[in-house]
Amino acid sequence: MIYRETGQFKSSYASDQAIFPVVQDRIFVLLVVAAAFLVPPLAANDYWLQAVLIPFLIYALAALGLNLLTGYAGQVSLGTGGFMAVGAYSAFKFSTSFPGLNIIVVFLLSGLIAALVGVVFGVPSLRIKGFYLAVATLAAQFFLIWLFNKVPWFVNYASSGTITAPTRTVLGVMVTGPQSTAGARYVVALGLVAVFALIAKNLVRGRVGRSWMAIRDRDIAAEIIGVRPLRTKLLAFAISSFYCGVAGAEFVFLYLGSAETLAFDINLSFLVLFMVIIGGLGSVLGSFLGAGFIVLVPIFLTNVPHLIGLSLPVALQKQMELMVFGALIIFFLIVEPNGLARLWQITKEKLRLWPFPH
Amino acid sequence: MAGNVTFLVEVLVGGIAAGLMYSLVALGFVLIFKASGVFNFAQGVMVLFSALTLVGLMERGVPVPAALALTALTMIALAFAIERVVLRPLVNQEPIILFMATIGLNFFLEGFGEMVWGANVKKLDVGIPDTSFIVRGVQMNRLELTAALTAAVLVAILAVLFQRTKIGRALRAVADDHEAALSIGIPLKTIWVVVWSVAGLVAIVAGIMWGAKSGVQFSLSLIALKSLPVLILGGFTSVPGAIVGGLIIGVGEKLGEVYWGPLVGGAIENWFAYVLALTFLLFRPQGLFGEKIIERV
Repeated sequence: MIYRETGQFKSSYASDQAIFPVVQDRIFVLLVVAAAFLVPPLAANDYWLQAVLIPFLIYALAALGLNLLTGYAGQVSLGTGGFMAVGAYSAFKFSTSFPGLNIIVVFLLSGLIAALVGVVFGVPSLRIKGFYLAVATLAAQFFLIWLFNKVPWFVNYASSGTITAPTRTVLGVMVTGPQSTAGARYVVALGLVAVFALIAKNLVRGRVGRSWMAIRDRDIAAEIIGVRPLRTKLLAFAISSFYCGVAGAEFVFLYLGSAETLAFDINLSFLVLFMVIIGGLGSVLGSFLGAGFIVLVPIFLTNVPHLIGLSLPVALQKQMELMVFGALIIFFLIVEPNGLARLWQITKEKLRLWPFPH
Repeated sequence: MAGNVTFLVEVLVGGIAAGLMYSLVALGFVLIFKASGVFNFAQGVMVLFSALTLVGLMERGVPVPAALALTALTMIALAFAIERVVLRPLVNQEPIILFMATIGLNFFLEGFGEMVWGANVKKLDVGIPDTSFIVRGVQMNRLELTAALTAAVLVAILAVLFQRTKIGRALRAVADDHEAALSIGIPLKTIWVVVWSVAGLVAIVAGIMWGAKSGVQFSLSLIALKSLPVLILGGFTSVPGAIVGGLIIGVGEKLGEVYWGPLVGGAIENWFAYVLALTFLLFRPQGLFGEKIIERV
């Protein structure tokens, strides 16, 4: 790196176990977060905020949720879309039934509902493992989507079957609904992501995260040394679903504005799974890198042919996108199964020795 | 009451027919899993892809037998390509990585097939009439009967292949342990190509049946997701399990839809199979015919 950690001796356990033990890292991360809060709302135009940054933050939160479950606890889930839908529909019900409730509280409450649902669908994980579980989580995906489609109560008996984000304010600033500015919605999304990423980072390096990883690496051995599988797995499902639920609520309230169940179909589950794979299983940073990658690729694919003077038909563009996604995933798995986060780590380690590679 | 019984039998027959269709897709999964331990998520798309290729060739005036042969060649070529590009670099990776690679493959094939053959719904007609006849007051469908027969023949062939031939033994050895199989001189590459080719051929059969019934279109790959509960019910490694699982899911789903569906607003076919399979797994985690998994530290 351009800086060295030489001479930074740790003289207490607290400083040795800090999230960022190197001073420069800490400063760098703080600067990045501060810049993320200040620069885009002032500098970026609505297109960037609306089409790139807001979805990026929301996907990052969902990917973080799935990463806790799949990357850290080793329980593959294809039901992310379903859990996000739970968050979105509960947020809609909460905000329309209790108009006085602060929208942030609504988000958190919908996360809790999603966590409850996640626990219910996590129960089979005690007996079913690996691929069987991955398929079983599809039950959550299909059942939940069906439920929201069939029961009119969830959409307040709207004949269109869509849910629309009502207008709500935080500290006097409009943050949801059609009149809110992209900047305001961005800051809310960023705030939530920042807090939850910090919580996740702390979770995974503590007792909970260690028990998750023990279950992931060798569940029977973990059980023998005293990790309780039921509690650990259900906690993973609960926290993961909480994150996904909040992401789902944000997905409708801060990004789409209004949505129907189609927005939460199985393709969303796959998309989030790809973010986790490409970003890096078992890495908080990876969730962000993966989300950024997946959000940027379609934009890249749409714009590059235009730049070099080609105009592709929309259908072909869509097909190209599928192919490129598929090929990229295979490519990544072959080149670096641990994802972008691992590449970043390797770069850092190489730079640490630079310019003396040996 | 006689009317009710006839109706019930009709529902059952419909369920069995649908179930066998799922089984055809599931068979491909089982083959690959049994012979290489790879959970091939792309099997549904392989079914779609083979049907698309077949229809595409026939639309361009290729006679049916030649189109079939060309499609078979395409699937074998695909098997070679998959082995070379996807599987070989991923030898000795964890199963989950291989599984995710097949999800990538799934997306790639979906985009590729659509790009080459177009996205509109196509009609597949290979000369099996989709007509009904009546036996003792119960409607039967020729196409569904043909599918049932085909499935039965396929299972018989595959069972012989796995249990009675040298290559079958090699396939089972590879599934048990890649590295051990390699070390006793089983050519992993050949095995992988063979098994993916066979799965590709099974996909063609499934593609013909599905395509003849409901047209060749991209929703086929979603229908193919239905074969997943069939798999977990029957056990990932059991060929007969794929058939029995298919029958249970098919019949259960139809009965559920007809008798309980209206109580909760219908369209429970979307998830009934999954919940049925999930409930079942709670009591027998390895599926009906799956091998009992004994885990040690």
